[in-house]
Amino acid sequence: MKKVKIRLNGDSYLLPQDVRTVEDLLIHLKVSERIVVVERNREVLEKEQFISTALEEGDELEIVHFVGGG
Amino acid sequence: MLQIGPYTFESRLLLGTGKFSSLEVQRQAVEASEAQILTFALRRMNISDPNQPNFLEQLPLNRFRLLPNTAGARTAQEAVRIARLARASKLCDMIKVEVIGDSDTLLPDPVATLEATRMLVEEGFIVLPYTSDDPVLAQKLEEAGAHAIMPGASPIGSGQGILNPHYLKLIIQRSRVPVIIDAGIGSPADAAQAMELGAEGILLNTAVSGAEDPVRMARGMKLAVEAGRLGYEAGRIAKKGTASASSPVEGMISP
Repeated sequence: MKKVKIRLNGDSYLLPQDVRTVEDLLIHLKVSERIVVVERNREVLEKEQFISTALEEGDELEIVHFVGGG
Repeated sequence: MLQIGPYTFESRLLLGTGKFSSLEVQRQAVEASEAQILTFALRRMNISDPNQPNFLEQLPLNRFRLLPNTAGARTAQEAVRIARLARASKLCDMIKVEVIGDSDTLLPDPVATLEATRMLVEEGFIVLPYTSDDPVLAQKLEEAGAHAIMPGASPIGSGQGILNPHYLKLIIQRSRVPVIIDAGIGSPADAAQAMELGAEGILLNTAVSGAEDPVRMARGMKLAVEAGRLGYEAGRIAKKGTASASSPVEGMISP
């Protein structure tokens, strides 16, 4: 089966076979317990949507977090 | 008490969390400042090293209200995008609008700042725009629904203090929402001066994070903000060209 290719934080990223949803990806990246916000194709996802949002070829995903700033 | 939208705060010092030398110094400085509002920025997570320690995640969040900024935005649309991302964290509904119009001075883009303020108020955010010390623009931001106006004292991180006290005072006198002086404060004297002008609060970052002893400076800023506020509320004496003795002029012991 051909792997799904997305753009993740601006870089090309091949999804592992078992990663189908945003939730799967956050678990795979070990950030599912962290304070993160996710945007898919310029639409902000609410946390409740992570588990139901399937990732598709060509998706543009941003995973962002809070950093120090003034 | 400082009132911003539906929220009230005892502290009138808002602290930025950027450029601290370590998480421990940052934590101690935040504590010493007694600030209740902390600013943050939103950035891409480093996916290859997601376990880097994160200051926000170490904070007792119930003690603070978060004020994320839209730093990095160059258009109103980008600012709105960042604000929506911040709110999706479900940790905050306040947003500091920061749309930079010039990379050398980091002065705000007045047109885009006003546009972003309008859009974010429409979307239900508590909106605090960082703006220049322009009384007309401040008026327009208030009309657009801003919950506080945050004019800079001087360019961000410059530590030059208050360059135009007259315009800041005009903004303060004409505004019906709180005016918080944001950016350019270098020392406790600057902070006290801004509060004596009648500002409702001070937002600063570099003055503390860049000080030789950030924790001590955080406490100094806290005291300066309180001192300046008390001075403003007390009403200072008028300046005169001649002296007037503090001691009685009658009942002298020797003629």
